[in-house]
Amino acid sequence: MISVDIEKKLKTYKGRQVLKIEHQFPGAGITKIYGPSGAGKTTFLKMIAGFIQPEKGKIVVDGITWVDTEAGILLPPQKRLAGFVFQDYALFPNMTVRKHLEYATTDQAWIKRLLALGKLETLADHKPVHLSGGQQQRLAILRALAIKPKLILMDEPFSALDPEMKTSLLNELKNLFDELAATVVIVSHNLPELESLNGDTFNIDLDLATA
Amino acid sequence: MDLNPIWLTLKLAVITTLLLLVIGLPLAWFLSRGRSIFKIILEAIITMPLVLPPSVLGFYLLLAFSPQHGAGKWLQEVFNIQFVFSFQGLVLASVIYSMPFMIGPIKSALQGLPVSLSQASYSIGKSKWQTFVHVLLPNIKPSLLTAIVLTFAHTLGEFGVVLMIGGNIPGVTRVASIAVYDSVEQMDYSTANAYSLILFGITFILVISVFVFNKYRLKSPLE
Repeated sequence: MISVDIEKKLKTYKGRQVLKIEHQFPGAGITKIYGPSGAGKTTFLKMIAGFIQPEKGKIVVDGITWVDTEAGILLPPQKRLAGFVFQDYALFPNMTVRKHLEYATTDQAWIKRLLALGKLETLADHKPVHLSGGQQQRLAILRALAIKPKLILMDEPFSALDPEMKTSLLNELKNLFDELAATVVIVSHNLPELESLNGDTFNIDLDLATA
Repeated sequence: MDLNPIWLTLKLAVITTLLLLVIGLPLAWFLSRGRSIFKIILEAIITMPLVLPPSVLGFYLLLAFSPQHGAGKWLQEVFNIQFVFSFQGLVLASVIYSMPFMIGPIKSALQGLPVSLSQASYSIGKSKWQTFVHVLLPNIKPSLLTAIVLTFAHTLGEFGVVLMIGGNIPGVTRVASIAVYDSVEQMDYSTANAYSLILFGITFILVISVFVFNKYRLKSPLE
């Protein structure tokens, strides 16, 4: 379970605003996050992963405090090990598909299974520049899963996939999430695309800052 | 023709480039991450040799390392090191003088990489060092090569700063650019021409090779 109670100042086109989130996300389950563009959905995921620090508040994951601004606790991302799927994929241009996974894990059987899951076996020796948008997005998902994370944070992870691929991948991912007993948080603009995934939904919106 | 000045120049350029690689990589990485007053001042100091007359830099180095007083006296008395009119002095001056050519392209390239690349590496448990070696460095290869070649070529062509701190001691501080000047002073134009042609040839081949390797993406150190 993830317990979050944080505040973060954001600069938006409407001016300075404060992102305030107080919520408990169920363990070993899926939460779908939606909200308007610029509402802070990506910032929220990045705060959980440890890439951005909140100004105030606490994040507790499975009883372990990851962030507590009052107590000065700030666990680095390397110790949080949250599988993160980036909206811009953040693939490493110098690495092939297989190297991406080998950089994350030494478990060859797991790598083989992930390549099959993402239907990227035949492209294993290709670099990202030679992959289509959908293939790149699948690789971004596989890399996040390579470390067998207990927490998976996905930022618009299916936006570039065609409907057929999306359906088949979602079915496979559901089983994998269960197998890993992972807590999954998915940000999406398009909630209907996640219809087949059972889980809670959570809306993120900004409160106007007083400052 | 005495080839010593050419060998001395090449030795100076190789040592300077290697030292600047070791110093420049971590410094460029540090400067590429975020802004602060301290970083702005540090970067300004590193960039100064680009705009400062080399003789000014050489003059201050001469004062700073003069064995008669200050740091120079202390270095002479404690470590028996003399930077004035010595080869190690040339190396020190070259490192300072060529530093912006090493740091500029590397810093720009690191800043050009999306921050999400580092974040993705951290999220799978990799340290900052592993991320630097396996993710950042391999993705700035063209700029790294540009930085190495510019540093090397710039060191080959040093004159003012080298003359100020090193003088013109044959076999010790008399590099090719000084040998050219010296030959002209003695009206020996054919020797001056020989040294000049060799320097011209080496630098031209270096610059051409960077253009070819980087597919015409040579970046200015000021970018």
